[in-house]
Amino acid sequence: MTSHLRWKVILILGVILLCIFGLVGLPDFPRSITQLKDNFEQRIKLGLDLRGGSHLVLQVQVQEAIGLHCDQAVDQLTKQLRDKNINTGEIARRSDTQISIADVPSDQLANFRDLVHDQFPEWDLQPAAGVNNGYLLTLKQSVIADLEKDTMDQALETIRRRIDALGLTEPTIAPTGRAANEILVQLPGEGDPTRAKSVIQAGGLLELRLVVDDHPYSSEAEALAAHGGVLPPGTEVLPGKPSASEAGQPSQQVWYLLNRSPIVTGQDLRSASAASNPEDPGHYEVHFSLSTAAASRFGPFTETNVGHQMAIVLDHKVQSSAVIKSRIEDSGVIEGNFSQDTAQDLGLILRSGALPASIKYLEERTVGPSLGADSIREGVRASIVSLLLVMIFLLVYYRLAGVNAVLALLLNLVILLAALAYFGAVLTLPGIAGVILTIGMGVDSNVLVFERIREELRAGKANASAVDLGFSRAFLTILDTHITTIVSAMFLFVFGTGPVRGFAVTLVIGLLANLFTSIYVSRVIFDWHLSRMPREAELSI
Amino acid sequence: MEFFHDVNIDWMGKAKYFICLSLSLLVIGGISVAIHGGLRYGIDFRGGTLVYVRFSQKPPLDKIRAELSAEGLGGSTLQPISDISDPSSKNDVVIGIEEKGQGDQALDAGKQSILTALHKAFPTGAASQEDFNAVTPSALADYLTQKDPLTLGLSAGQRYQQLAQQLTNARDKDHNGVLSDFNQLSGVDGADSRVLSSLRVGYYLGPFTIRNVEIVGPRVGAQLRRQAILATLYALAGMLVYIAFRFEWVYGAAAVIAVFHDVLITLGLFSLFHFEISLTVIAALLTLVGYSMNDTIVIFDRVRENLRLMRREPLAEIVNRSINQTLSRTILTSGLTFITVLVLFVMGGQVLRTFSFAMVVGVMVGTYSSFGIAAPIVVAWSKFRGEGNKASGLISEKRVTAAARR
Repeated sequence: MTSHLRWKVILILGVILLCIFGLVGLPDFPRSITQLKDNFEQRIKLGLDLRGGSHLVLQVQVQEAIGLHCDQAVDQLTKQLRDKNINTGEIARRSDTQISIADVPSDQLANFRDLVHDQFPEWDLQPAAGVNNGYLLTLKQSVIADLEKDTMDQALETIRRRIDALGLTEPTIAPTGRAANEILVQLPGEGDPTRAKSVIQAGGLLELRLVVDDHPYSSEAEALAAHGGVLPPGTEVLPGKPSASEAGQPSQQVWYLLNRSPIVTGQDLRSASAASNPEDPGHYEVHFSLSTAAASRFGPFTETNVGHQMAIVLDHKVQSSAVIKSRIEDSGVIEGNFSQDTAQDLGLILRSGALPASIKYLEERTVGPSLGADSIREGVRASIVSLLLVMIFLLVYYRLAGVNAVLALLLNLVILLAALAYFGAVLTLPGIAGVILTIGMGVDSNVLVFERIREELRAGKANASAVDLGFSRAFLTILDTHITTIVSAMFLFVFGTGPVRGFAVTLVIGLLANLFTSIYVSRVIFDWHLSRMPREAELSI
Repeated sequence: MEFFHDVNIDWMGKAKYFICLSLSLLVIGGISVAIHGGLRYGIDFRGGTLVYVRFSQKPPLDKIRAELSAEGLGGSTLQPISDISDPSSKNDVVIGIEEKGQGDQALDAGKQSILTALHKAFPTGAASQEDFNAVTPSALADYLTQKDPLTLGLSAGQRYQQLAQQLTNARDKDHNGVLSDFNQLSGVDGADSRVLSSLRVGYYLGPFTIRNVEIVGPRVGAQLRRQAILATLYALAGMLVYIAFRFEWVYGAAAVIAVFHDVLITLGLFSLFHFEISLTVIAALLTLVGYSMNDTIVIFDRVRENLRLMRREPLAEIVNRSINQTLSRTILTSGLTFITVLVLFVMGGQVLRTFSFAMVVGVMVGTYSSFGIAAPIVVAWSKFRGEGNKASGLISEKRVTAAARR
């Protein structure tokens, strides 16, 4: 054997070792078949459709965050115009990104423009068509884009924290990349995503606000009427949890009149955890404590408001309200007859922070574990049967050269699986189909070469020459066919998600490995075989 | 052993038969699509809710339908979906709700209603008991740790987690996900009579398990459909460019027309057999696009080589010779690929059934279209350009000499 050939053989053996190492892990050498199987199962990442689990696609309603930004601008503008004594007409929010100001007095136009220019650089000012002396403030595109991105980032972070706190195995949380504002959440092994879904979706906005009137009202209209039709400035009416119903009576929806600005919000929390209610075992409550900065505000506030009621507001609903009996420094309790799970989830949600905008679910798929197990079994069985059929055919049709093809095919599969393990690529059920397709299509390369070799032998060429011509003539065709299939698989990868992507990845890796095995490895095997047989003997093909 | 050498079939002479065959297949497919009012889209493209349920015994369909109606789901579909190749699926059922496009309702409202209906249709255990056939390993581990039937004391957590995982694995892998008797778990390592009695106290055995749930919102469905069509068109365009670059543009056009024809026939057959088109079917279609291209390229490659060698012969003759020379390879490759996807169709399970059907059809049609559609188009074009006898005019001198230098 020439030294060239020897190096090539060593290279191929090296590749084989590398693959085996990647698949079953050598340093801690497996001592039994079961350990081999375990190592192998650990290294190949299985997709949700093989492992069982939940796949959720959710959409962050970023326009809410933009609308909120707009509301805050309306409040600020109103205040500032009043401070500067510019008496305009109505200032109102026209849409998520536009504010209209009516009746700007013409003698104060210059002051108005200056104010807007200095204090509201994120907005464009233009005269409003059709409204007398009216103007329109429109939020700039770049600002909108930044706001959307920030909201998405914050939502992603918050969701990630919440899912981590749930302690689920290897979740995936990432933008889908398919459309703006969509997030993909994958929870392997999670057969029932209900709890995870409610934890993810919960707003989580905690506010402590002062209650203006001592008692709740039975409707919004009643609250309004009690104040002569106009709410006092800086207040709003929010719904609350119905009060504990007397036996037989249905619980009523009640409404509270509260200050609009909270004295303390969820961002001021230092900790929040569930604990069982000492007076009512079996029911749980959530204890929270405030940061020092917040405590320094909260202490004096409670001291000056002893005797008034304070409400704990969760996601714009009054959770509970109680009279402030004495100064409270930095801790509080959220009561509500919670079960242990609900209280723990609430603690988790508060600790992870509030979502900047609400979440809407677009897609939900749950593969149960029994389906996953069945899919693996069927997929593996089909792969083995098709592999055996192809191998038998090759041996019968190409005789000794068939052994060459079979070796190349087996190495192809080993490289494919090892590559999946090394790249951490996920194997899905269509991925297993991709492996089976690689078997079928990969053999094509060998067939192209062998048929060519047969042709050249028939034309009377010597063995070595026939082999050489076979490989060189077939090379470009093999390259062409692989490139076209890889190109269509690339499109699949870009367009598909989850299982379809797994298919594209397996097919591409399988075809690339096939280029190596059918051109390089097959050739080396031929060369080795040729070097060991007499020149005149017939090539078994 | 060898088949197919020294074959001499006049392929181009039979071109008109091939065109007729293709046209009839296309027309049949077209009529089927027209009758059914379009292609049958799976949930990926339509939106809606699908819940796949496996029962331990034959399910009482009428009772379930009644309960579904009581939950306001009168318009839902309930279908048995047993699969011939999989005996354990003989009591499987799929319940489907169409997505009417109500924007504000929670996405999984349909699923929750279906689950409520199912639970109402069958007797459940005592109020404090849960369904063992629906329990997750973590919930089971919590229960066992609390009850501690093996009296392991404080360090029990790890052991019970392992045991819970093994119990659920046994249920899912060995008993198809639905147990009918707790004694079926006695084979599990560590599940002695104390554990089983404890399970009997806390759990009952419901008659069904949820195998799979798919819920897709309506706008997502439309978006995916658009993306699928775009992806296919882009792939075809990409291939056109690549082949036009490697050969001549007329070869590229011929190959793309052949592949397009393959996709249309496959879709027509899907409509004829009333199969659903899902995301994985699109994956199969894109793969068959690649496969059909391969086949066409092999023939075109040989044509290019023979053009250099047999300059004076008419193009039709050269093409015939090329096809005959590559026939061995074509039959072998398509035969072997066909065998592998046929195995997948028969043994690969229900989830991949439509995917493998598309591949089986695709391999056959893809192979046929190379000599039946693509090659005749190239020959016809050269005749149309009046170069019937001067085949070398079809491929530029530059390309031919480049090939010769190889």
